[in-house]
Amino acid sequence: MSRIGVLVCHCGENIGRTVDCAKVAHALGELPGVAHAADYKYMCSDPGQLLIKQAIAEKKLDGVVVAACSPRMHEKTFRRACASAGMNSFLCEMANIREHCSWIHEDRERATEKAIALARAIVEKVKRNQPLSPIHIPIERRALVIGGGIAGIQAALDVADGGGQVVLVEKEPSIGGHMSQLSETFPTLDCSQCILTPRMVEAYQHPNIKLLAYSEVESVSGYIGNFEVKVRRKARGVDETRCNGCGECQKACPSKKIPSEFEQGLGKRTAIYVPFPQAVPNIPVIDRANCALFKGRAKGAKKQACGLCKDACGRQAVDFDQQDSFVTEKVGAIVVATGYQLYTIGKAQPSEKLKGYGEYGYGKIPDVIDGLQFERLASASGPTGGKILRPSDGKEPKKIVFLQCIGSRDPAKGIEYCSKICCMYVAKHTMLYRHKVHDGKAYVFYMDVRAGGKGYEEFARRAIEEEGAIYLRGRVSKLERAGEKIKVYGFDTLSGRPMVIDAEMVVLATAMRPQPGIETLAQKLSVSYDGHGFINEAHPKLRPVETNTAGVFVAGACQAPRDIPDSVSMASGAASKVLGLFSHEELERDPTVAVVDEAGCAGCFHCERVCPYGAVERKDVKNREGVVLKVVASVNKGVCQGCGTCQATCPSKKVELQGFTDEQMFAVISAL
Amino acid sequence: MKVGYFPGCSLHATAKELDLSLKAVAASLGVELEEIRDWSCCGASSAHATNHLLSIALSARNLALAEAQGLTQVMAPCAACFSRLATARHEMAHDEGQAQLVRPMLARPFKNAVEVQNVVALLQGLAGEIKARATPLAGLKVACYYGCLLVRPPEIAQFDDPEDPTSMEQVVAATGATAVRWSRRLDCCGAGFSISRVGSVVRLGRAILEDAKAAGAQAVVVACPMCHSNLDLRQAAMEARGASLGLPILFLTQLVGLALKVPRESLGLERHFVSAAGVLEALAAPAPEQRPAPRG
Repeated sequence: MSRIGVLVCHCGENIGRTVDCAKVAHALGELPGVAHAADYKYMCSDPGQLLIKQAIAEKKLDGVVVAACSPRMHEKTFRRACASAGMNSFLCEMANIREHCSWIHEDRERATEKAIALARAIVEKVKRNQPLSPIHIPIERRALVIGGGIAGIQAALDVADGGGQVVLVEKEPSIGGHMSQLSETFPTLDCSQCILTPRMVEAYQHPNIKLLAYSEVESVSGYIGNFEVKVRRKARGVDETRCNGCGECQKACPSKKIPSEFEQGLGKRTAIYVPFPQAVPNIPVIDRANCALFKGRAKGAKKQACGLCKDACGRQAVDFDQQDSFVTEKVGAIVVATGYQLYTIGKAQPSEKLKGYGEYGYGKIPDVIDGLQFERLASASGPTGGKILRPSDGKEPKKIVFLQCIGSRDPAKGIEYCSKICCMYVAKHTMLYRHKVHDGKAYVFYMDVRAGGKGYEEFARRAIEEEGAIYLRGRVSKLERAGEKIKVYGFDTLSGRPMVIDAEMVVLATAMRPQPGIETLAQKLSVSYDGHGFINEAHPKLRPVETNTAGVFVAGACQAPRDIPDSVSMASGAASKVLGLFSHEELERDPTVAVVDEAGCAGCFHCERVCPYGAVERKDVKNREGVVLKVVASVNKGVCQGCGTCQATCPSKKVELQGFTDEQMFAVISAL
Repeated sequence: MKVGYFPGCSLHATAKELDLSLKAVAASLGVELEEIRDWSCCGASSAHATNHLLSIALSARNLALAEAQGLTQVMAPCAACFSRLATARHEMAHDEGQAQLVRPMLARPFKNAVEVQNVVALLQGLAGEIKARATPLAGLKVACYYGCLLVRPPEIAQFDDPEDPTSMEQVVAATGATAVRWSRRLDCCGAGFSISRVGSVVRLGRAILEDAKAAGAQAVVVACPMCHSNLDLRQAAMEARGASLGLPILFLTQLVGLALKVPRESLGLERHFVSAAGVLEALAAPAPEQRPAPRG
């Protein structure tokens, strides 16, 4: 006969108000196999826990049921208390009589009956519980950081400085991300590249960081502490070990008029190119879609159409026959920091039917540009050397209209959320413009000015009060090209009047969206993402840098629109989570995982097909001579999340979830 | 191909040429137009300005008739009819309360299974056919004017991009004419105020036509009887307030008819206030080698 102790908690008034706790304790005390039953005001308090420990010692209990709140709240508390009294902690269980009973019912009598039933069911389960011990898993103290923008660089540096090894993967030829394109940053107007490039160099030179630029994650397998990641190293066409970054190849390249991605199409580059002068690594890449030689090859030309870069290279680094290669890295943790892209007007949209804001003529009216393009115009290293000049005729615009919330906060365009950074960067743009063009006028059409953040409101006010930006609350219905000007038809909702402004340039503050392909990456990592493609955090408040897959963390704008300070804090948060993981010798895991009875397993592998985590493997059962007798299922304890789907599926009931066996669960159900 | 046809009142009156040219073009393209028997008012203008329920019931009745006739698709050439029929279809599907009020008024079965189409969508679907059979209207530059109801509201019209539509330009391209790029394709023409507030209609219409002319258009192409009457009938009043415009307003079906060499007398081209004779003469003459002025 079992000797189970039942302890009923009042949770102050939370349970006691609706449930007669003394009656519950009394009723449970009558059950066969229950050796002790008591109630107490706060079971989770120190005196409450002491009651449990004393009962275990005095009544020689072999199981404990605490009827209190949800196990998500205090299961650990009570299991620790039991363990300190010498009992296997998995012999302690909770019956939830708060969330599942007192909070949701009013009738005291019937709630009490329900509480008795719930506790009785758990008593029946605990009678059948087996002592379990935690699973230990070794940890590979190496982290993969996906994305080399400011978030990825920060996470990589923090992990590396903390003693961990890092593999930093960046899909572009250089790290730096969007921050490297910015001119000056709000709210302090410090030069973006001046603060970023030292960090880029630091990441490149750090002994603990292995940088794989121009590379993408191909596949991911394994589990926390033991991931195996295959990385595709895209063919640069340039041997990284030979190239010294002298730049002669770029001078030699005859295709000089390719729109530069880094300059947002406002500048030109060659077919073999380094995206920007401070690129890290400073190794060129051949753009095969635009290179004369590769275009010739694609057409099947026998003769080599060009080869001037190869001839110009003094170190024989240019290699036209280089192919994509693959490297496999073993890592214990992964940080996703893939960042954002801007809402693309006139191209693919979240809603397939819409091109999005065709009324603004972006792409048709040359002097209608987006925020990143303005950054390049304002940047000292940009295509105009930091002068604000119109793309159409190179003249200095004397009147610029800025439109906020282009895409953001517009459910009709498929994006309900606020992109968060635009209010601040538009305020910054008006200031940069006024600093460079003293007699210029800056107008801003806005919905609200959202300036939450340290020094942000002061900054936005400065744009209006000291720098003379004219803020108009309302939307613009369309932009119309009128000779050299752009007619801006808007509505000022504060004065209640339609406005027509003859602008010389219009800047659209377009929404932030996750990078294309984020869904595919998320699927490779088994992390969830929202309807927009932003990676979901494990808990929006309490676990902001973790994902629902153990060992995979998230940082920066791939989780939601983020500015630089937010991205950096998240990255440091993710890095500290990684270092926390790496501080353990081994990983301890809950033993509530599935176990296969190999003797009875028929090898149908239904479990393998239904397992959402890929935890079921195939295992050969051999005789002494090494002959394979049969192939059975085997559960990888590191990967199994204990969902129980295999147990429900197994036709011969030969796979069971430890702690939640069929026998236990049927006992629970019959006792209800 | 058989398509249900809902002419609506305009096509029997002010926009008779739309009816004529549509029938001629349809016949030429092998499209059979099956008119809804006993069709009634779509509920535009008076009904939907005074009694919303009535306006929905009127359109729903027409859709129910089409259903009874075994049609799966109804094409309404008038943009207002299209909008009213599409609104009824949308509301009957999405507003159960309204649907319960309307159903008994119909006094006939109604499954809401008939799709509503406008004339631009029909011609867009036939663009390949038109292109293959057209004698290109080379050298003719037209401005496509959508007005409001063809593409809006987007959830009801379910047609093209409401802010940057291209369907009319696609049809124009199939005829071999050139669609100029201009800014006021979606502006308001004054619509139902043609009689009650002539001043506003003239002001709005003038801004539209001046922009079309500045973009180099020789004619404006429309697909709505109200747009047509506002821009055509009121053009003389617009000209009284400034420089002359002289822009013929053609229905898209008429342009397609010209390209398909449908006999001109069956296109109703002589029914416009602003004569299209100049444009037609230019077409008859060999097209001058001329590149369109770059704009935008």
